[in-house]
Amino acid sequence: MSVIKIKRYNPEKRKDSYFQEFNVDLQPGSTLLDVLNEIKWEQDGTLTHRMSCRSAICGSCGVKANGHATLACQKQAEFLLDKKTDSITVEPLGNMPVIKDLVTDFKQFWEKVDQVKPFLKNESSPPEKERSQSPEEFKLIDDSSTCIMCGACYSDCNVLEVDDKFLGPAALAKAQRFVGDSRDEATLERVKELSEPGGIWDCTHCGECVERCPKPAQPFYRIKEIMTVALEKGVHDNNGARHALSFTKSVKSSGLLNENTLPVESMGFTNIKGLLELVPVGLRMLLKGKVPPIFHKPCGELNDVKRIFKELDQ
Amino acid sequence: MKFALYTGCVARGATRELMVSTMKTADALGIDFVEMKSAACCGAGVLSEQSPILADALNARTISQAAKQDLDMITICSTCQGNLKKTECKLDSDEEYREKINHVLKDGGHQYTTGKTKIKHFANILATPEGLKLLKEKMKRPLTGLKVAAFYGCYVLRPSGLSDFEDPDNPTGLEDIFSALGATPVFYDGRTKCCGFPIVMMNKEASHKMAGNALVDAIESGADVVVTGCPLCHLSLDSYQPEIDQLRQKGYEIPILHLPQLVALALGHSPRELDMHKHIVSVKELEVKLS
Ligand code: SF4
Ligand code: SF4
Ligand code: SF4
Ligand code: SF4
Ligand code: FES
Repeated sequence: MSVIKIKRYNPEKRKDSYFQEFNVDLQPGSTLLDVLNEIKWEQDGTLTHRMSCRSAICGSCGVKANGHATLACQKQAEFLLDKKTDSITVEPLGNMPVIKDLVTDFKQFWEKVDQVKPFLKNESSPPEKERSQSPEEFKLIDDSSTCIMCGACYSDCNVLEVDDKFLGPAALAKAQRFVGDSRDEATLERVKELSEPGGIWDCTHCGECVERCPKPAQPFYRIKEIMTVALEKGVHDNNGARHALSFTKSVKSSGLLNENTLPVESMGFTNIKGLLELVPVGLRMLLKGKVPPIFHKPCGELNDVKRIFKELDQ
Repeated sequence: MKFALYTGCVARGATRELMVSTMKTADALGIDFVEMKSAACCGAGVLSEQSPILADALNARTISQAAKQDLDMITICSTCQGNLKKTECKLDSDEEYREKINHVLKDGGHQYTTGKTKIKHFANILATPEGLKLLKEKMKRPLTGLKVAAFYGCYVLRPSGLSDFEDPDNPTGLEDIFSALGATPVFYDGRTKCCGFPIVMMNKEASHKMAGNALVDAIESGADVVVTGCPLCHLSLDSYQPEIDQLRQKGYEIPILHLPQLVALALGHSPRELDMHKHIVSVKELEVKLS
């Protein structure tokens, strides 16, 4: 018998959440969703969780298993077992309010998806046949199109844990679906909006969304694709873009990162408040002799690095 | 054991103490590190925001430089490790892309060949059975009684397909090293999270909250010191520590060491030899505990 520890919550009966343990005889091949169903149907009918398709298509069965978001129907329970304790811990998704047991409130999640205007913007009159897409053009939006809105990425995003104004991985992956669409006419407008605070540049590269996403949508990579478009389109007036440009400039001129110029150039020379924020950490490091050498030493064979930049039109 | 050492930019700049302690550790363990002086920056996941192919071309060049010397590569930065592995994975899984990159590299005399060079973080050669045995053999001062909390750094864990740790959601490599050195590992939830460094210029408040949450978690789990394998995490956790509100409010402070500093301590070096006086957060209490 294995132990399934489920986080229970029912505000009508009790204010706080608590863990309840169920003993289950795990069958080989059973998914975590099968196990939850078995508990609900045979042990405790009050257990509440979402599901529909049972085949990783509808996106409704997202939960945290052993602390990490996953689709309950996509993972076999025996592979989730903690070998030492012969148990699986099941909790509701993170970064969202819990309604009951494993059911969370997706309101904010959907509001953020709405915020990125998840529909094609094209005002021009339609051509005689269809607005065609070449296979190459489709490839740019193929991955982001696979999102099933399960919220696994949103649940585990490290930025959302500390700042709920961040649009978050799912909405940004959806945004890429349209930023990258050759038929969309609002690319510039989109990347401008997505470069605002709370948008693409607030992503901290933690990779949780890539790790948890059950589909090829993998938001972090989509976010980087939007960044590239934003930089290409000249949307440079923000710290994220300035940081990327300064970084590139430094590697282009020396093959390496110049840590002296990067912070200042990222803040922007006219951003007095931002520049002042750099002073305390700069001073602390200076006093400890922690500053990088003033004369930034380039890497060897610098000419070859410069040649590569040139060859790639950078 | 001989490896090509990819230092990364930060170990040559703001965290030179990482380089110092890496070389001292290697010396004491009898590992031969050949510094890759002509390697370019790994791009830190930032260069690829501007141009993914540019970052891949530079990294492919770096990897082929190690291959030319018939050496496997060692990184001492989680971020370098993750970004080099990402390029490796992209090139190995897409022949057309690989040829395109090799075409760019050709005039510089470099060619990327799949599988010729392994790319490993220093921690991942120490956390093997052979590595742990070597550490135990060469140890001069066991770190008995020291409670050490690991901070892994995202890029060596995620995506898990590129990670060398056995279970990237629940890794034990760093903790295995601490135990081999006689210290007591402290397990806490924050050890696999992000320190917030990449957004310190864009959303400082969120960045410091991330670092703060992890450090409070480590301290309240009983840690004397936090050890990281990523110099960028070190900047976030050490250099910025005095600005982190959650710690200030609770009156907390905790020293942050680079992994090779902790190892070199156990191999007999003094904190001063390892440039620990250059850290922002004082290591005084740590010295007292060790003496
Ligand atoms: S990579 Fe970015 S979007 Fe994805 S989970 Fe981390 S911070 Fe959130
Ligand atoms: S991006 Fe992936 S994890 Fe996020 S909602 Fe879509 S399918 Fe789920
Ligand atoms: S990750 Fe950092 S240290 Fe490593 S090479 Fe890139 S910029 Fe340099
Ligand atoms: S924890 Fe922060 S600095 Fe360290 S690897 Fe992750 S993103 Fe980079
Ligand atoms: S039940 Fe539909 S995705 Fe799991």
